[in-house]
Amino acid sequence: MSTEAMTSTRSSLPRWMTNLRAKEAIAGYIFLSPWLLGIILFIVGPMMTSGFLSFTRYDIVNPPEFVGLKNFIEIFTKDRLFWPSMMLTFRYALIVVPLSLIGALAAAMLLNQALLGTTWFRTFFFLPHLTPIVAAAVLWGWIFNADVGPINHWIRTITGSDNAPGWFRDPDWAMTGLIIMAMWGAIGGNTMLIFLAGLQGVPQELYDAAVVDGAGIWAKFRNVTLPMLTPTIFFNMVLGIIGALRVFAAAYVATQGGPAYSTWFYALHIYTRAFQYFEMGYASALAWIFFFVLFVFTYVQFRQSRRWVYYAGEVD
Amino acid sequence: MAGEVITRNRKQAGGGFIPVGAFQSASFQRAFGRGILYLIAVSSSAVFMFPFVWTVLSSLKRGGELFRFPPTWLPEIPQFQNYPTVFEIVPWATWTWNSTFVAVVSTFGAVLTAALVGYSFARFRYPARDVLFILTLSTMMLPVEVTLIPLYLMFAEIGWLDSYRPLIVPSFFGGSAFLIFLMRQFFMSIPIDLDEAARIDGANYLRIFWQILMPLSIPVTATAAVLTFMAQWNEFLQPFIFLNTKSKYTLAIGIRYFQAVSGFADDSEPKYHLLMAASVMMTAPIIALFFLAQRYLVQGIVMSGIKG
Repeated sequence: MSTEAMTSTRSSLPRWMTNLRAKEAIAGYIFLSPWLLGIILFIVGPMMTSGFLSFTRYDIVNPPEFVGLKNFIEIFTKDRLFWPSMMLTFRYALIVVPLSLIGALAAAMLLNQALLGTTWFRTFFFLPHLTPIVAAAVLWGWIFNADVGPINHWIRTITGSDNAPGWFRDPDWAMTGLIIMAMWGAIGGNTMLIFLAGLQGVPQELYDAAVVDGAGIWAKFRNVTLPMLTPTIFFNMVLGIIGALRVFAAAYVATQGGPAYSTWFYALHIYTRAFQYFEMGYASALAWIFFFVLFVFTYVQFRQSRRWVYYAGEVD
Repeated sequence: MAGEVITRNRKQAGGGFIPVGAFQSASFQRAFGRGILYLIAVSSSAVFMFPFVWTVLSSLKRGGELFRFPPTWLPEIPQFQNYPTVFEIVPWATWTWNSTFVAVVSTFGAVLTAALVGYSFARFRYPARDVLFILTLSTMMLPVEVTLIPLYLMFAEIGWLDSYRPLIVPSFFGGSAFLIFLMRQFFMSIPIDLDEAARIDGANYLRIFWQILMPLSIPVTATAAVLTFMAQWNEFLQPFIFLNTKSKYTLAIGIRYFQAVSGFADDSEPKYHLLMAASVMMTAPIIALFFLAQRYLVQGIVMSGIKG
């Protein structure tokens, strides 16, 4: 309705009699054109190409050779790293995302207590998020150094024994190391800032009403804060999971996927097949499977969200 | 809905959570609680900052000092020359310049075109606009892995590999869905009366964009620019795949190269202290930028997250 009102201020003639509308549409498309072109050139076109390539054998030197479903069959039946890498990528995401959401929410609630020096605390919490992932991987590699790193030194001091984890050189601990590293960057990052804004947006009346009803700290959190924040939690969760499933640089720099393939994330698997073995068709098939899994996973999250996400502005 | 929240409260709230104990004065309890909160805030700050502190301290030690057992906190004599040394053993100055060049040019392209596209989404009515907008948002969830292989092949075909064009040119096509969204949301908050007044005065669409909307959007443009710059500066995967020549590396892949060779160096002396200095030098500009733009940046991040 309001859009029609706007048109009538622009022209006294009825809308259908003017060509202003057409002019506006053309101008709109002109301003949109870089992005339209970008979507075609850099997103839709490449997606279709990789979709096609996934049914071929292509080593760059020789032209692509159509092989039907062979790549997919090979991936599901013969590729020894496919299932493990898919599983450990999901395991990583399903640990990192919930923990960092809880951590970020706790940090945001702490910063929402009007403590003196809150701006400083916020900055301290946020700085890790700014650290380039490559630099973070390098510096954590040093902190986790099994022999002379500070973490192991403390572990040895506290436990009084010489046994300390090997971290990035120990297949049983490398993943934990990467998870700690990811949490360091994620807890105080954008998620926390968005939660903080969300917390400040919860109407005080709701808390007042809860107090009148005799609510304690936990009851206020459980019945006011948490429901009001569900849209924010959902938004951070969806983007967080997609980001975590795509983990590449951190693992590539810190562990190169090792030791013993214990951090061989799916993105590393794609990268290796594509850019080290130059099996472009096979790697495209891997990428499309990844895309499909991500898509289904995200779709399920959206479906599930109707059960637990509460939009205050929603009319029902 | 709000009513429901409150009724549920009434059911669960009975009793409250704080135990009724002997020393129960409200003021004591409050002071005690505050004290705990400060303790948590200070100690978690320490945990978050520790890796930085350790890195800076390590970067000022001599190479052998890093391997002392037990590890020491402070460098015996601060080795500030570690920093210039990095420039001698790897082409650090070149890499810094490369990173700056790529980040600045692609930021310029991304922010400018994202603003134009955001303007289109915010101010024009045309068929399929809303569908295209939803399509735009959904590209945020697309994993780059799906497009990377064909892009690599395409750039190889036109001879762009090992140049900065694959890193820069795509930025000039609307930047990213996130930037477009950010700009659109901001433009929508500017009253349309301003556009209309300008139109009555005879301004065309481009002029309205450039002389009315953009000057009012300096904070959000600055946010967009800083966020894009940081993302480009930190970007690893794309330069790693598209660049081959060592002298063309950006810092992100340069530092990885340095890391790969610093463990077992030619002269058998480990160079981790220099690697730490390099990490500091790569991170410092980003942190400096954050402090300069802090206020805008926090607002911008928050704005992008509120519309979930």
